[in-house]
Amino acid sequence: MTQPIKDSIKAFIIENFLFGDASYDLQDEASLIENEVIDSTGVLELVAFIEDQFGFVMADADIVPANLDSVARITAFVAKHAQQPALNKMSA
Amino acid sequence: MCGFGGYFGDGVAPHDAQPLLQRMVAAIAHRGPDEQGIFTAPSVGLGHVRLSIVGLGDGQQPMTHSSGDFTIVFNGEIFNYVELRETLNAQGHVFRTGSDTEVILHLYERMGLDCMSLLNGDFAFAIWDASTQRMIIARDRMGVRPLFYTMVGKNLYFASEVKALLQVPGVRAEMDPFALDQIFTLWAPIAPRTAFRDIFELEPAHLLIAEKGEMSIKPYWQLQYPDMGEPAAYTDERAAAEELRDLLTDATRIRMRADVPVGSYLSGGLDSSIVSALAAPMASGGLSTFSVTFGSAEHDESAFQHQMAQALGTHHHAVASGEGDIARVFPEVIRFTERPILRTAPAPLYQLSGLVREKGLKVVLTGEGADEVFAGYDIFKEARVRRFCARQPGSRIRPHLFRKLYAYLPGLKQQSAEYLAAFFGAGADSMDDPLFSHRPRLRGTAAAKLFFSGDLRQTLDGYDAAAEMVSRLPQDFGRWHPLHQAQYLESRFLLPGYILSSQGDRMAMAHGIEGRFPFLDHRLVEFATRLPPEMKLKGLVEKHILREATKDLLPETIGRRTKQPYRAPDSQSFVGGNERDYVRDAFSERSITASGLFNPKAVSKLYEKCSEKPASGYRDNVAFVGILSTQLWQNTFSATKALSTKAA
Repeated sequence: MTQPIKDSIKAFIIENFLFGDASYDLQDEASLIENEVIDSTGVLELVAFIEDQFGFVMADADIVPANLDSVARITAFVAKHAQQPALNKMSA
Repeated sequence: MCGFGGYFGDGVAPHDAQPLLQRMVAAIAHRGPDEQGIFTAPSVGLGHVRLSIVGLGDGQQPMTHSSGDFTIVFNGEIFNYVELRETLNAQGHVFRTGSDTEVILHLYERMGLDCMSLLNGDFAFAIWDASTQRMIIARDRMGVRPLFYTMVGKNLYFASEVKALLQVPGVRAEMDPFALDQIFTLWAPIAPRTAFRDIFELEPAHLLIAEKGEMSIKPYWQLQYPDMGEPAAYTDERAAAEELRDLLTDATRIRMRADVPVGSYLSGGLDSSIVSALAAPMASGGLSTFSVTFGSAEHDESAFQHQMAQALGTHHHAVASGEGDIARVFPEVIRFTERPILRTAPAPLYQLSGLVREKGLKVVLTGEGADEVFAGYDIFKEARVRRFCARQPGSRIRPHLFRKLYAYLPGLKQQSAEYLAAFFGAGADSMDDPLFSHRPRLRGTAAAKLFFSGDLRQTLDGYDAAAEMVSRLPQDFGRWHPLHQAQYLESRFLLPGYILSSQGDRMAMAHGIEGRFPFLDHRLVEFATRLPPEMKLKGLVEKHILREATKDLLPETIGRRTKQPYRAPDSQSFVGGNERDYVRDAFSERSITASGLFNPKAVSKLYEKCSEKPASGYRDNVAFVGILSTQLWQNTFSATKALSTKAA
């Protein structure tokens, strides 16, 4: 069930922060900050993407590295909060 | 201030000497629009273009000592030439001119290479010593004036700018990929490397001596700080502030020496306001001040500039760096920087020197150097906050201090404490790392290497520019206070490599303007190294001792201003309504593929992203400007080389 979420997030990161460089070895657990994939502006872009794509609004308190600093963390966070219709749309 | 070029070696046939030197100085004619001259002797050639400032009628160069033994070409100023001349006069030296150039010749005659220790100035020069058959080239302590050299066979060629060296047959303009990596990490190549493969920069405070087919390079001065355990040289803050004021006043006074009017840049910040305030009473006929204004509130400081100009009663002039101006001048800017750059900040300074020239002045004082010498940059405070956070990893309170530092960066304002700590590597970087203070900046900049092509990565083969920086640090670096380590990194690398060159000499001299830097007087620099760190960065208040020493000079609102870094709009200067054909061409797949340095697909997406949303983050802006300037560099210098090869 989380695979489509992960694929969608990974595709966004590759397209938006790695500029389509699919050869980049983006490990699920790798820190996006420590690997310089994302900066302070990028975090806000990521939040906007999650909200648009998965149909929920992130509370300020949730915008922390513990939820967003790797593909795996984002996937887990989104899986917990995403609206069902948005997930259905992804699976369809 | 001037420019020069020359050679040493028997590789130039006698009948080629004059034409070669003519071509070399013609390539840097902008540095010396007033006069030019050439000297040749067997195996030796010197060419000079002059901007007449001191000794207007009798300071022509190349200048030969009355003995005939020594001939000099000289770019810059010896500010203490009056005192040196008096001493030499008393020792029996007879001068034929009133110039500072002749003072160097006599001092060299008397002391040989030891004369360097007595020179207080911003200079680069070459002395042909016929008596010992050696060529000496030298550069000032902090790297204000440029000096480049290359070897063709066993022949040494040198010049104030690389474009003069490109006139030498056999010298090719080829990008040095390791220099590019350094620029995309540290903002500048690490001297002696330049953007041009096999063309080198003489490091600041160094001498190059060529004789009998051998060449040696050695330092004559070093920037040093006391060991951390040493007793403080200053404990009384008031006494230190008084000494600082005296030194700074004298540094300004001797920099007002000129046979033409001296003006001053006025950014509206603390440093240029201090310099202008000290210079104003010394300027006969009143001081002219010059500023850049911006349309965007986040960059503009015109309210402070006006306030200061009014307070001092200066003749104030401003140039607006408006919508489209940066894109309009940027190709010219790269022709003068002669290296790729990651920010557009030099472009408005190019406009500013144009304004000075338009108003009929040749010389300006600037406040540059104060941030390095008295710890003004945010990076010093940032390092202190990172250490503070590292003492209590996971603290949710401590990282909020980063917001105080970067109030002008909207992207950071909204971040949680956890994110702030993560972005600045608080707690993650080893505090023993010699580059601790600069790691976040180095990482953030190097992230733009994402756009490097596969071929370039392969050539670089894991090369680490930051590691090379570490390898250049002096042996006693590890014993210095962390603030002094950070100050050294700024003063030794970024100051000469970017601030004084790409933003300094090269932008000023593009319009034949000489910049003078009171804060970089070596007496003041040495004094400041001995000050305890807390006198410079007190808590999170930067340049504390400087504020104390000058508080009677400035309106309170200026004296208390927090450092606002000089910045200019980056990628947004080139997109939307500001887009120009050369920008589209530089980012086209065809051009990117032809240069071979960047990944065309990724660059195309970057261009698209910055065009759609101009307010992209640091990495994207740095990448955009870096790629554009690299492409312009390739076009400018490859074309120049092709033409000059044909001409030769």
